[in-house]
Amino acid sequence: MITANPAPEAGTEARTGSTPVRAPRRRKKRQLLPYLLLLPVVVAELLIHIVPMFIGVGMSFLGLTQFFIRNWTKAPGAGLDNYRFVLQFDEASGKALLHSFWTTIQFTVIVLALSWALAMAAAVWTQHAFRGRGLVRTIFLIPYALPVFASVITWSFMLQRDNGMVNHVLVDQLHLTDERPFWLIGDHSFWALIVVEVWRLWPFAFLALTAGMSSIPAEQYEAAAIDGAGVLRSVRFVTLPNLRSVNQVLLLVLFLWTFNEFTVPYTFFGKSAPEQADLISMHIYQNSFVTWNFGTGSAMSVLLLLFLLAVTAVYLLLTRKKDVDA
Amino acid sequence: MRLKRITSAVAVSLVAASLAGCGSNDDSSGSGSGSAEDVTLTYWASNQGTSLANDEEVLKPQLDAFTAQTGIKVDVEVVPWSDLLNRILAATASGEGPDVLNIGNTWSASLQATGALTPFDDATMAQIGGADRFLAGSLAATGAEGQPPTAVPLYSLAYGLYYNKKMFAEAGITEPPSSWEELVEDGKKLTTPDHWGMSIEGGSVSENIHNVFVFSEQQGGSFFDDGGKPTFDTPENVAGIKQYLDLVQEDKITNPSNAEYANGTEALADFASGKSAMVMWQAAAGSLDQLGMDAADIGVAPIPAPTGAEDVASIVAGINLAVFDSTDHKQQALDFVKFMTSTPTQISLNKTYGSLPAVQEAYTDPAFQTEAVETFKGILDDKAVPMPAVAEESQFETLVGTAVKNMLAQAASGTVVTEQAISEQLDAAQQQLGG
Amino acid sequence: MREPRWFVWSRRIGLSLLSLFALLPVWVMVTTSLKPLGDVQGEFRWFPSTVTLDAFVEMWRTIPLGRYFLNSLVVSLTASVASVALALLAAYAVSRYRFRGRQLFSVTVLSTQMFPGILFLLPLFVIFVNLGQQLGIDLYGSRPGLIITYLTFTLPFSVWMLVGYLDSVPRELDEAAAVDGNGPMGAFFRVVIPAAVPGIVAVLIYAFMTAWGEVLFASVLTDESTRTLAVGLQGYATQNNVYWNQIMAASLTVSAPVVVGFLLLQRYLVAGLTAGSVK
Repeated sequence: MITANPAPEAGTEARTGSTPVRAPRRRKKRQLLPYLLLLPVVVAELLIHIVPMFIGVGMSFLGLTQFFIRNWTKAPGAGLDNYRFVLQFDEASGKALLHSFWTTIQFTVIVLALSWALAMAAAVWTQHAFRGRGLVRTIFLIPYALPVFASVITWSFMLQRDNGMVNHVLVDQLHLTDERPFWLIGDHSFWALIVVEVWRLWPFAFLALTAGMSSIPAEQYEAAAIDGAGVLRSVRFVTLPNLRSVNQVLLLVLFLWTFNEFTVPYTFFGKSAPEQADLISMHIYQNSFVTWNFGTGSAMSVLLLLFLLAVTAVYLLLTRKKDVDA
Repeated sequence: MRLKRITSAVAVSLVAASLAGCGSNDDSSGSGSGSAEDVTLTYWASNQGTSLANDEEVLKPQLDAFTAQTGIKVDVEVVPWSDLLNRILAATASGEGPDVLNIGNTWSASLQATGALTPFDDATMAQIGGADRFLAGSLAATGAEGQPPTAVPLYSLAYGLYYNKKMFAEAGITEPPSSWEELVEDGKKLTTPDHWGMSIEGGSVSENIHNVFVFSEQQGGSFFDDGGKPTFDTPENVAGIKQYLDLVQEDKITNPSNAEYANGTEALADFASGKSAMVMWQAAAGSLDQLGMDAADIGVAPIPAPTGAEDVASIVAGINLAVFDSTDHKQQALDFVKFMTSTPTQISLNKTYGSLPAVQEAYTDPAFQTEAVETFKGILDDKAVPMPAVAEESQFETLVGTAVKNMLAQAASGTVVTEQAISEQLDAAQQQLGG
Repeated sequence: MREPRWFVWSRRIGLSLLSLFALLPVWVMVTTSLKPLGDVQGEFRWFPSTVTLDAFVEMWRTIPLGRYFLNSLVVSLTASVASVALALLAAYAVSRYRFRGRQLFSVTVLSTQMFPGILFLLPLFVIFVNLGQQLGIDLYGSRPGLIITYLTFTLPFSVWMLVGYLDSVPRELDEAAAVDGNGPMGAFFRVVIPAAVPGIVAVLIYAFMTAWGEVLFASVLTDESTRTLAVGLQGYATQNNVYWNQIMAASLTVSAPVVVGFLLLQRYLVAGLTAGSVK
């Protein structure tokens, strides 16, 4: 989303609609206005995001435990001790962090792939009008429109071992297994979480892809049809190339949302997630708000932030390079 | 070393600059001054009743009586358990909290370490009527040894073994079990296609830790040595945890599904509805009544220990009352503490909540001379141990409780958790405490 | 283009399955809310054996649902309207002007989207409390505090969507208006805003829903009197019993207005996203 609205100096002029104002005589007066317009956003972001973030970074260098939360200024400096502690991968805490990190990566990749695939399929299926299309689109948007906590609570109700709907279908109706599987704890909890997250997220991807597809000129499809392209080939050679910039933004946004996901696992599991589904944000929450060691919790958050920054930067570089090549 | 100093200095100044004034309360005079008439105390009550609204109803007449006596108004907020610790933490970090609050007994030492709560030294204790009024065991569990406590007991609680008399009789069992082996034996008889021997709140971190703590105490184990150093991975602790896990994996008298019970209500609901014959719980009478269980069917006995083990049946549980140190109305806050721990208030509130009074004198009331209350008083007097009085107590509860929860999940899914595996988990939990 | 038979069939099957997937929890929510508590705690049934509206009556008593609802409504509405207003100003600047720091602004604001909430939750909390102590600005535990917080959460995405939308509003329109003697802000209010209504509605929906569903910050920054639904609904489970039927009834009640509003306005959302994504 960062490059979605880049202001590349070259090339901008060519685009109608975003040509910069050119009024040299009134430049001075004009130049103050944009800053004034930005001011409220800048102040809000500074107060709520940027400044607290720097304080958070500061906290990661302090031995900020329960003995000092009452008076932070007295907390002893810890130097890099917090980082050293959380990065000791041969010790339990480091191992747990690494495990959680790895779990989160797997979770993110799978959720992203599934959400995108479902959304893409659904968007292609509903691209051209047919009877009932409006209804289907409306149905698809319901999971996105439902408040997270309400739908996730419902899922946890459905996934109970004894009285849940899912096991009722799998065991009592389809007789797939004899043993009732657990979904809220144990190995399966990871997959349960994925299903819930995909259920919640794919409608958004669907919405974005549908929006993107609606602006593909019909002539391109007609041209492809004249060349004898079937459905699959026109998706491959018309739809996908046209969705490049949408996909670039969409995947990045989905990645960041999924990777930082907190509400879903928190509502789903409560304060302590099962080991198998210990996502990084829950892990950090537990390490700061439950054990009251905000120093190490902050250190983990900073590492997480650095990782996300790195991934985003690399992603943007790679996708931008492709743009140039194309 | 040098890098450490530099980063530390930068960090300290950064945080100090942005948070100047945080936590230091310029206007916390400590001694209450001014006329009592216009003082309003903020009181955070924990959820003891059947709902938050119910708590407000129960407390209101008492608070009104206090206002009538002293002219001090009390603004009560009933805080759900899921929130309470976070709220206290937030209040501590900011110095912006209630005047008087409830804390879970097991958090005592951890909260004491923050310095946010007023210590009840001898003089302060005298102001609220003296230390000897309280049950000795409950008072002793309100903080680390050798330091003045930072809270006083309000509602005393202990774990008991609730059993369904009717189901016991149907299975031909006449007495509640007197040893753990007997309990398992009975449990097996009571485990039928229709119901299970025992239900547990296996997904709840706090229930898990309380249970395994008692079992490991029975084995003579301890999670912290006398110097306050963690000693998680000992054979006794492993044995205690194994005893708990075996309910599911070895004895099979507990429904594996119990491993996902995390709301702190489901195991009891199973007991009330006859899905299980036994449950280990604190002060369940009120809830069982609410759940529609016939009082005649309910029996309660101390949780038995394995033969030859130490006769420990419970942790010293309960709710304590603390005064926030940054309050502007310390005198009035102490008056309120005195009122809440006074005999009439104690009788009335504990009667309603089904908990035990924290002061000796209240037991003269006929309401507390029932068999069940005597059982619990006996447990609290002779068979209850306090949770470790160390500053890391809440971390310990979280880490070990979570580990037990995960192991129970594994056992429930059919993979046997060996002693070796328990030992490794305990070791890992202890390393994580190191932070 | 003629659609081949296999495509039509795959579409029928695929869309049916996806609809089923999407609606399953809704079905469970509706049927469970109509069951008596006893049935809910027993084996799962697709249809309620007895239909009762008890849960819809009881749910208001078990927790102060009405108050939570009002809090959520006030907070989410104000936050989303404010977010749109601020984002609109910034988006106008970014879309219509070239100025020093434009790139920096876009990158910085958008990268805040990346911050893990956990990192600044506690600092933010302490800042709020200090503002209260030092300057008497009561943000902690108050609705304004939560409103400001939520509004900044949605700003980055809102700015991005609106820039995209404003870019698609032909410049000639506001230039003409500016020439007519309106000045840049006059043109903004008289021409750009009316032309950008779909984008504005889209952002409004997005911001409202984000605020309506947020849990983490609400759990720390509110007290009992300002608690929002997202946190408050947990109250049903921490009582004496897990009142699943009431949880579902309450979930349904608090979801219905949002879902209906969303579905009514969805075409704007698609329009807004379309403009935002066409580059």
